[in-house]
Amino acid sequence: MDFEPVIGLEIHVELSTESKMFCGCRVKFGGEPNARCCPVCMAHPGALPVANEKAIEYLARIGLALNCSIPERSIFHRKNYFYPDLPKGYQISQYDRPFAVDGRLEIVVDDEQLTVGIERVHMEEDTAKNIHAGGGGRIAGAVYSLIDFNRSGTPLVEIVTRPEIHSPQAARTFLNKLKNLLKYLDVSDCNMEEGSLRCDANVSVRPAGSSGLGVKTELKNMNSFKHLEKGLAMEIERQAQLIESGGQVVQQTVHFDFATGEVTPMRSKEFAHDYRYFPEPDLVPLAAGSDFVEKIRAAMPELPDARAARYVNDLGLPAYNSEVLTSSRELSDFFEATLAHFDDARMASNWIMGELLGYINAAGGDLASCRMAPAEMGKLLAMIRSGAVSNAVGKEVFAEMCKTGQTAGEIVAAKGLAQISDEPELAAIAGRVIASNPAQVEQFRAGKERVLGFFVGQVMKETKGRANPQAVNRILKEKLAG
Amino acid sequence: MTGTATAGNLLRLSALDALELMRTGALEAAALTDAYLSQIAKNDKIVAAYLRLTTAEARLKAAANDAAPAADRAPLAGLPTAVKDVLVTEGVITTCASKMLEAYNPIYTATSILKLAEAGIVMLGKTNMDEFAMGSSTENSAFGPTRNPWDPERVPGGSSGGSAAAVAAGEAIWALGSDTGGSIRQPAAFCGVVGLKPTYGSISRYGLVAFASSFDQVGPITKTVRDAALMLQYLVGKDPLDTTSVEHPDVINLPQDKDLDGLSVGIVSELVGEGIDAGVKKVFDQAVKKMEAAGAAVCETSLPHVEYALPAYYILAPAEASANLARFDGVRYGFRAVGALADITEMYELTRSQGFGDEVKRRIMLGTYALSSGYYEAYYGQAQKVRTLVVEDFERAFDQVDLLISPTSPTTAFRLGEKTGDPLTMYKSDICTIPVNLAGLPGISIPAGLADGLPVGLQLIGPAFSENMLLQAAHSAEAVIGFDAVSPLIERAD
Amino acid sequence: MVSDDDVRYVARLARLKLKSAELDRYSRQLSGIIDHINKIAELDLKDVEPTSHVTRLENVFRADTPWSSVSQEKALLNAPEAEAGAFKVPQILEAGEQ
Ligand SMILES: [Mg+2]
Ligand SMILES: [Zn+2]
Repeated sequence: MDFEPVIGLEIHVELSTESKMFCGCRVKFGGEPNARCCPVCMAHPGALPVANEKAIEYLARIGLALNCSIPERSIFHRKNYFYPDLPKGYQISQYDRPFAVDGRLEIVVDDEQLTVGIERVHMEEDTAKNIHAGGGGRIAGAVYSLIDFNRSGTPLVEIVTRPEIHSPQAARTFLNKLKNLLKYLDVSDCNMEEGSLRCDANVSVRPAGSSGLGVKTELKNMNSFKHLEKGLAMEIERQAQLIESGGQVVQQTVHFDFATGEVTPMRSKEFAHDYRYFPEPDLVPLAAGSDFVEKIRAAMPELPDARAARYVNDLGLPAYNSEVLTSSRELSDFFEATLAHFDDARMASNWIMGELLGYINAAGGDLASCRMAPAEMGKLLAMIRSGAVSNAVGKEVFAEMCKTGQTAGEIVAAKGLAQISDEPELAAIAGRVIASNPAQVEQFRAGKERVLGFFVGQVMKETKGRANPQAVNRILKEKLAG
Repeated sequence: MTGTATAGNLLRLSALDALELMRTGALEAAALTDAYLSQIAKNDKIVAAYLRLTTAEARLKAAANDAAPAADRAPLAGLPTAVKDVLVTEGVITTCASKMLEAYNPIYTATSILKLAEAGIVMLGKTNMDEFAMGSSTENSAFGPTRNPWDPERVPGGSSGGSAAAVAAGEAIWALGSDTGGSIRQPAAFCGVVGLKPTYGSISRYGLVAFASSFDQVGPITKTVRDAALMLQYLVGKDPLDTTSVEHPDVINLPQDKDLDGLSVGIVSELVGEGIDAGVKKVFDQAVKKMEAAGAAVCETSLPHVEYALPAYYILAPAEASANLARFDGVRYGFRAVGALADITEMYELTRSQGFGDEVKRRIMLGTYALSSGYYEAYYGQAQKVRTLVVEDFERAFDQVDLLISPTSPTTAFRLGEKTGDPLTMYKSDICTIPVNLAGLPGISIPAGLADGLPVGLQLIGPAFSENMLLQAAHSAEAVIGFDAVSPLIERAD
Repeated sequence: MVSDDDVRYVARLARLKLKSAELDRYSRQLSGIIDHINKIAELDLKDVEPTSHVTRLENVFRADTPWSSVSQEKALLNAPEAEAGAFKVPQILEAGEQ
């Protein structure tokens, strides 16, 4: 039987505010345990939460960027459960009155445009960190655990999609697009390894072509795009095999072990969840009136689609280039910073897409692995355009700049790479080349014009590629004709 | 009790009188503090108002006050103050009268205490209470009950029983309490002192260990209404650490001596009928007559949904409490069950069942039940709507009258053990005070007289943020009632 | 009426361990209280808005300005058990939430 997977994603985003959601402790990764805590985020008796305005602004940016509607009022609820990483015994979250609802995000998978519905976007707070001692750092087999409250209370936005994703690849594409969007919004560093972007998935399968929903499982702990795609594929396979062999999928949590690459159903809870949500009496409602929303909308950073459209319309770039450049906030910012020093957008975009992406891919890293400043790239392009260095030398210099962070001028000077456009010097070299290759001169004069390429190559060889090609061509033609 | 302010009967001085004597140099803070500490030494073995004394710090602070030139002294300098053990004090063990926090050493101090400390008060110690403020008799303390200074066989009321008893016994010139369903006003009534629950939001709750967050409010327990106004002046204000706190719209005034001319007062008819003791009713009626004679226009006013207030409160408050008390889990502070604990769940369950007393467990379970899946709408949802009706009842009443009055409690102080076996009967002790908390209004209890030798409280209720009018009316009523509520312990001490 | 099973369920949710004598007592007492509380069921409140706050406040925020946290020593001052700068707890058997 053919199965169609039905996937819904639940994404938790740690916001990159300066301070925590409900107290003034710093938001930062790592460091000494329990050194960024206070009575509020350790839930000491009598301590009270006060909501961080910046976090609400970031939340609103996310809701708007995902095309959500923002209800007039939303409220915080307490979600009650016991766990040692949850100091109050409840998480301040949002329940039936979330901040943003009914949005969507368009993605392209295999050239097909898909729309993924966003059910809700809400504000909550992160838990502390449990360090499981013994048992290899995993919960199973640990003899005791240590709790570090540094992360406790970090602002967390939860984004829940509708179950409208139908392949692991689409899930990965969605998450990638979302991550990029969040970076444009400047709300999170989206570092999956450090846990600032986390993704859980609800997965079920159904016979292809049917419209019902099968029993779903919740897949946790996919801390990279690769793991998300792989974990989903494995879980879909597991469910399909289970059903084909006459079994039934049980609603439970499934853990993806990225060390072994396996999915394992987790011990199911003795008790069904009964979170006893009720309105948080320590906080007052959020009233996102039209003023509030419009103010944030007006202050929204430019989003990738708008940026790509601007590249096409204002800069005259091809749609493909615009899409590639805006597919990453860093790359697109780099491009724009280059344009501040060099006005040929088309040329800049070609060099970024060819040379810069080539360098990054070869280095196997991201833009951070390139040490060249955009301003310096602009200067190099200007040198190439003016003929101060040749195109070929420019590529060499470009790679060197990426690697060392030196300026074009430094590299060109140090290696003597400046283009030779000096007519007498070029004429002398051309003369020598012609004199030492009489056979080729014969051929040329007999009408074999493509032998000219041979002479150009010889001149370039003599000058280590620094000769101005236009000038060399012209001088050779004159001399050979003579 | 005040007009005769001399340094001779220090235990009978009001805070304002004591300040005046200290200002003129007729009294030293050290002497005042010593007088109260001696009274504690003498009587607190019986009364058991205090859980912990801060004698050394108190003496130091009093001495420092005396050393400062009069002009540099803080406005409340030298006033010996008792603090309910529900307010956290950095470096001074704060227990909430629970085994759960028996050794808890707070790492910060409640805003209300900080404000009073800045104003110069001398904290004598932390007072007994019902565990986590849950109760009406101070019998639910893990460290034993407090006794009523008027009759040690009787309870002081609760949950701020320690604070009320301390003031009544001359063991503090005034005290801080907290009121969730009557926990300041009812013990004030039982002990013959003044207890004010301010409008919800006027005083920061930061550092007040939460029982039911949408009801809890800190307030003064004092000998006189003017003292309550004085302390309130230094307690009110928006606290950036408490989102639900606001700047009081008025500057709090000290009430002036005047009659009740022009004041319209509504007797809450539902709170003077069935269920009110005859002795309490009699004292109440006499007080009303005196207020009328002093110019008040008194009528009967109805709060039609007030009979639903108690059931609604006993859903909403325990529901909030069930979450507020979830943090006591043995992980970061407080009691943890000892012995071999197989896993975290066992640690939680043993810690919480051994650390909490019966009433606390009862309310946690009640609240958990009301919120649990399948019951939320019928209980919690319905109770929130009842709360709306109670709020509207008060709004309608205040369209007609300036203030509402009722007895503070349907009975006088009952005997220790009399109601401990039957939680529901105990809950009914707060029937007159709970509606005020549901609506977040200010309410004050003043001593109105004695019934069978025990104090009876008169409750006055005003619209939100009407503290100035409420305190002025209470002060005038206090004067026309003319009841000099001095407990036998103080007379014996003279 | 609150059954023994109800009490057991609720006690479990609230992480309270009850002895069987306590179970009886709490079922009886909670039943009595719930009977009284059920009085509110007689009101028809379909059109009444719920009140969770008596304050009319909205949008109360703090600026995103860091403050000084307490020291690690102070954070651990009351810890029943600590190790390596962290709070120590017995084995955890179930996965957490987010
Ligand atoms: Mg969540
Ligand atoms: Zn903090």
